[in-house]
Amino acid sequence: MSTLRSREARAGPPEEGRLYVGNLDAAARRARELLLGKMKLGKLVDWGTAFSLWPVHFTTSCCGCEFAATWSPRFDAERYGALPWLSPRQTNLIVIEGTVTKKMGCALRLVWEQMPHPKFAIAMGACALDGGIFYNSYNIVRPWEVVPVDVFIPGCPPRPEALARAIVELQRLIREKGVASKWIEEGEREDKPAPIPKEDLCSWWRG
Amino acid sequence: MSLDAVRSRAEEALRGVYTGVEEGKGFVAFRVPAERVVEAAEALKSAGFDHVKSVTAVDRPKEGVIEVTYHVSSYSDPELARGIVGITVSLPRDNPRMPSLSRIWVSAEFQEREVFEFFGVVFEGHPDLRPILLIPPLAEKHPLRKDFIVKEEQVYKGGITKLEQPP
Amino acid sequence: MSSPGELKLSGWEVGETRKLPGMDVKKIGKDLYEIFIGPQHPGSGHMRIIVRLDGDVMVEVDPDLGYVHRTMEKLAEGRSFIKVIPLVERMAILDACNITLPYVEAVEKLMDIEPPERAKYLRVLLCEINRIASHLYGMGIFGVFLGHSTMYMWPFGDREVFVELAERLTGARLTHSYPVPGGVRRDVPEGFTDDLRKAVRYMRKRLEEYRKIFLDNPVIRARLEGVGVIPRNLAIELGIVGPNLRASGVEYDVRMVEPYEAYGELDFEVPVFEEGDALARAWVRVEEIKQSLRILEQVADKLDKMPREGFMHDKFWAKAPKLYKDVYSREGRVKLMPLFANLKVPAGKAFARAEAGRGEIVYYVESEGKFTPYRVRVVSPSFRNAIVFKYIAPGHRLMDLPAIYGSIDYFPPEADR
Ligand code: SF4
Repeated sequence: MSTLRSREARAGPPEEGRLYVGNLDAAARRARELLLGKMKLGKLVDWGTAFSLWPVHFTTSCCGCEFAATWSPRFDAERYGALPWLSPRQTNLIVIEGTVTKKMGCALRLVWEQMPHPKFAIAMGACALDGGIFYNSYNIVRPWEVVPVDVFIPGCPPRPEALARAIVELQRLIREKGVASKWIEEGEREDKPAPIPKEDLCSWWRG
Repeated sequence: MSLDAVRSRAEEALRGVYTGVEEGKGFVAFRVPAERVVEAAEALKSAGFDHVKSVTAVDRPKEGVIEVTYHVSSYSDPELARGIVGITVSLPRDNPRMPSLSRIWVSAEFQEREVFEFFGVVFEGHPDLRPILLIPPLAEKHPLRKDFIVKEEQVYKGGITKLEQPP
Repeated sequence: MSSPGELKLSGWEVGETRKLPGMDVKKIGKDLYEIFIGPQHPGSGHMRIIVRLDGDVMVEVDPDLGYVHRTMEKLAEGRSFIKVIPLVERMAILDACNITLPYVEAVEKLMDIEPPERAKYLRVLLCEINRIASHLYGMGIFGVFLGHSTMYMWPFGDREVFVELAERLTGARLTHSYPVPGGVRRDVPEGFTDDLRKAVRYMRKRLEEYRKIFLDNPVIRARLEGVGVIPRNLAIELGIVGPNLRASGVEYDVRMVEPYEAYGELDFEVPVFEEGDALARAWVRVEEIKQSLRILEQVADKLDKMPREGFMHDKFWAKAPKLYKDVYSREGRVKLMPLFANLKVPAGKAFARAEAGRGEIVYYVESEGKFTPYRVRVVSPSFRNAIVFKYIAPGHRLMDLPAIYGSIDYFPPEADR
C-alpha cells in the first residue's frame, strides 16, 4: 500500500480519461461513465443483479423461522439465484423478518449502511407492515421508517412460498423498472420516503 | 399430597421469618419483610431449594406497593422439585429497594436486572445492575408499572371517529 | 478512517480508541481487547455478545439481550384472556404448542376446569410434534454455526414432515394456537394417525443417519468434545433448563416431576448425559426425539381407540351454537368456537410450568376477575439459558463461541419475549 501511495503522490492528481489501478474511486467512476453513459448496459446490470440477490444473514424476529425454511430443501429458494450470505459487505438484499424493535432498529440501519449499492429490502410479515400483533407495543419501529422497502409480504408468518414469490417479484421490479441501473446512475433512491435520521435511532448505541 | 410435603419443608425452614402465607394455584408464597429476605433465602437454599424459576414483580398502585416474588424450586432434590415455593416482599412504590438475592441464587441475576428496568426496583448488592432488555431511555420509564399506559385496542362504535375502549 | 500507514500498535494507551478499517477498537487493558459480536452475525439469532479477549482466549463475556423484546408482558395486560394465547405464542412460533400450553393451564387452574381426556391426548400429540420440529430446527441452526451445511439441510428437510403434520392438524404451519382453555381448537382429521405412524417410522431411520454424518463425525467431535462443559453443580446453580440441564447429569423434566396433561399415563424415558459438553447437548436432543417418537406412537394408538368426542370441556361445548354441533357430528371436527370473546376468569393467582422444546417454561397469571389479566409473567427457557454465556464461555477460545452458542440452542425471540 505505502509504495503505491508514494508513486501516486509523485504522479500528481489522477488525470481524467485514464484508468488508474491505484485510485479505485476514480476508476469506478470512469468505468461507470463508460459502461452506462455510452452503451445500453443498464439492462445488463439489471439482468445480472436480478439473478444474483444475496440476502444478508440478519434475522430480526420470529419470521426468521420461515426465512430459514425458505432455503431448506422443501422450498429451495436458491433456485431463484438468491442465497443468504454472512457479511453485509458482500450482500445486496436485506429481508426484514418481522418486528424491528427500537434496539434492533439501529442495528438494522447500520447493516443497511454497510451494504454496497445497489441494494434492496423486502419486509416480511405483518409486523414489518404496521406492527401486526404488536401494533401498540412501546418498543417497536416500523421498518419502512428505517430503510426504503421495495416489497412487502403480508402474513404472520408468511409461508415460505410467499417469500419465494417476493423474491421473484423483486426480480421483476429490478428488470422492468430498472431499479438497479438507475440507482447506480443516480446514486440514491428518490422514489422512497426519507427514513428517520440515524441520530434518532442510534443515540443510545454503545460500541 | 406431595405439594404439602414441599410446603411443610419450606415452612420449617422459614419458621420465625415469614409473616404470612398466601395460597396460589400451583404454588405457595410466604410473605417476608424486606429486611429479613436474605435470611429467608439462605434458609430456603440450605433446605434444598437451589434455583430461582421466576422473579415475579407485580405493581399494585392501589396499595402503593410493588410486590416481588421469588418462585424457587429444586433440581437436586426430586421430592422438592414437585412443588414451587415463593417468597414475597412488599416494597414501597416510590422508593423500592431490597437486598439482592443473586449472591445466594445466581440464577436470579438476569431476572433481577429485568425487574430493575421494568419496575425500577433497586437490588442492593447486585453484582451488575444494568438494564438488560430495553434501551436506556426506555428503561428509565419502567414500562411494566401500571402508570405506563400503552394505547389499547379499540372497538368500532359507528361513525368515523368514535372509537371506544372495550370494557 | 486513518490510513493504514499511520497505525502504530506500539504506544497504544489503555482506554484509547483507535479506528481500524471498518471498526473501532478499544484497548481496555494490557493485551486485552473488546469485540462486539452481533446482532448481525454469521449464525442465526439476534443477540449481541460483548467479548473481552486476551489473545484469543475469552476472559469476559457479556450477553446483550433484548433485540427482539416485543413487550409481551405489557401487551398481555390489555388483551382479553383468549387473545393472549396468540400473543405469547410469538415468543417461539416454532414451538408454539409447548409455549402456550402452560398459559392455558394457568387459566384453567384459575377457572377450575380440566380438559376432557381426549383433549389431553390431542395436546400431547401437538406438543411432541412441536418438540421434534423444534429440536430439528435447533440442530439445523447448530449446523449453520459450525459451517456444516449438510446438517442444516437434513434437519430442515425432515422438519417439514412434522410441520406438515401440524399444519394438517391445526391449519397453520407454525402459529397453531391449538390449546385453548377447556380443550383444544379442533379434533384430528381423518387418516391423520396413519400418516403420523409413517412419519415416526421415517424419522427413526433418519436419526441413525444423523448419527453417522454429524454426531460421530470426527471433525464435529473434535470441535465439540470437551467444549463448553457445564458441570452438574454449576448447572444447578445457574438454573439452566431443558436439554442443556439434562446433558449435565441432572434428571429434571417437568413431564416427569409434575406430569401435566396425559404424560402421566404415557411410557417414556428422560435421556440424561453426564459429560455436560456441547456434544452431549447435541446427543440429548437426538435421544429426546427418539422418546418423542415413542410417545407419538402411543398417542396415535390411544386416539384410535378413543371415541371421537369431547375435545372441549362441557362447560364450553354446552354453550356452542347448534351449527357447530351439527358440523362436528357430521365431519368430526370444527374450528374454534366463538365462546371465548367475553371470557371472564375468576380472581386469583396461578403458576404453571411445562417442558417446552428448549426447556422449562413458567407462567404466572394473575386475574382480578375481569376480561383481561392483571399480570402475566413468563420466564422462557432461553432467557434462563442465556446466563450460560456469561459464566461458561470465559476461558474458551473465541472460535469455540459458535460451538457453545449453537449447542445451547438459544432462540432470541423466546428469550426476549
Ligand atoms: S409477522 Fe408474525 S411471525 Fe412475523 S415477526 Fe411478526 S409476529 Fe412474528
